[in-house]
Amino acid sequence: MNVLVLTEDGEPSEQALTLARSWGATVHSLRMDAITPFAPDAIAAILQRAADDLKPAAVFAAGTDRGNDVMARLAARTGLPLAANVVAAEPGDPVKVTRQRWGGSLLETATLHGSPTLVTVAPYSVRIAEGAAPAEVDAGRYLQELDPRDMLVQVREHIDPPGGGVSLAEAKVVVSGGRGVGSKEGFAIIEELAGLLGARVGCSRVVTSAGWRPHTDQVGQTGTKISPDLYIACGISGATQHMAGCKGAKKILAINADPEAPIMSLADYSVVGDLKEVVPAISAEIRKLK
Amino acid sequence: MKILVCVKRVPFTGGKMVLAPDRKALETRHLGFTISPHEECGVEEAVRIVEAGGGESVVLTLGPAEAVEQLRDAMALGIDRAIHLQTDGSEWDGESTAAAIVEVIRAEEASGPFDLIFFGNESADAGGYQVGLRVAYALGRPAVTGLKGVKVEGAKVRCEQDTGAGRDVYVVPLPAVVTVKEGLNLPRYPSVPGRMRAARKPVVASSPARPEQNLGLVELSVPGGPGRQTRLLGSGPSAAPVVVEMLREIGVA
Repeated sequence: MNVLVLTEDGEPSEQALTLARSWGATVHSLRMDAITPFAPDAIAAILQRAADDLKPAAVFAAGTDRGNDVMARLAARTGLPLAANVVAAEPGDPVKVTRQRWGGSLLETATLHGSPTLVTVAPYSVRIAEGAAPAEVDAGRYLQELDPRDMLVQVREHIDPPGGGVSLAEAKVVVSGGRGVGSKEGFAIIEELAGLLGARVGCSRVVTSAGWRPHTDQVGQTGTKISPDLYIACGISGATQHMAGCKGAKKILAINADPEAPIMSLADYSVVGDLKEVVPAISAEIRKLK
Repeated sequence: MKILVCVKRVPFTGGKMVLAPDRKALETRHLGFTISPHEECGVEEAVRIVEAGGGESVVLTLGPAEAVEQLRDAMALGIDRAIHLQTDGSEWDGESTAAAIVEVIRAEEASGPFDLIFFGNESADAGGYQVGLRVAYALGRPAVTGLKGVKVEGAKVRCEQDTGAGRDVYVVPLPAVVTVKEGLNLPRYPSVPGRMRAARKPVVASSPARPEQNLGLVELSVPGGPGRQTRLLGSGPSAAPVVVEMLREIGVA
């Protein structure tokens, strides 16, 4: 029995390979960069041809932007169902999958029909187990047979990110403000504390919807998912939409005037109080160290 | 330009996910509903394109009778008319949702194609990541996903995708399908006159048959795990020294 995995650089693909190996089959892989620049229809076409030849029981990919995109194209081409962001998939007829909803705030068990089984694996949800390297599919011969229509959608240009510094997703410390900050100007004390800690500033969805901060600062299910060593949430209630973005933080410190706010029991550390007083006091205390 | 925006009605979840007794849905009795966030930006973008260059914008949803609220919300922001594929409230998987949408688009396009069809990159609730692409393939149109920038340039559309390390740019011919993400724009708030106009705009409803589901929901669960043990460091500004001590302990100050 064969299984086929679409791979990219990075941990999410290792997680997809781990789940694929658990099917006890011979694991084959196709690299996402078999065509560069990225051309999602072309990769889906090659994946389809490779699947025609290998007759895999399942095709896996990481649930990344590109992984979900290409697998949905493969599903559309083949008329097969697709389960995105699974955390478990047991072989069978039908296959039993457990998958993420609401950015991981909810899990769903579901039955998945169709052969081969098409799934993407939710990033950072499967413990990586080392195993034999997969047999890499030689994409060369499929490339020659590509339909030109499958090259219509291809990256034409790449724009580098503005400014320098670390991205929100990669920051070691993030200081975020929510509704409790009260205004655009209110972020001055958040920025001050972030500056002292060498941290990036983040915010909740309420803040970007109000136009106080750009969307690129938003931590959450529809913003950026972060995994810093420390996340300081100031005046943020801790709605599921927000927690879906920051649950990867090693430690969370919540500062909130409402001791009953959900975040006050979801954090590692809490301070009850008005952030407009507490945050400057912390900044002042840090200055004493320097 | 003739533009279609496909949206989904989803609940506003608060601090906690509470399941209905049958564990097949969220308990929504105490929740409000909204257009799934990515799609709100699709609505805003469609309205802006038509405001700038003329044409017609249409909003479509597949959902229960109550989803007409989200269609009115979209029309309050400036969408011209609505199509409602009414369900009995049971869930439709991505495959059957796409098939129903394709059928109604084909009927609509007897009078000319939609130049641009907007979807959200994924719905906030089910997160299937596939309806837009399935529709694009069925219609034989190019599709680009996860966009934070959409700009119509003559007979083409320039698409910008946030990669986390800058942006990838695609240029594809119209008609095309695009799936967008929150951050594409900052959606406006509906005005009172906008709401009044929306109440008079046409909604065409039909009830497609729900096919056998190839991805069938069995049960929902709230992920458990040990969670975090919360340590209260203090109250008010006097907590600052304890906070800084903690920062030093974990090595960030």
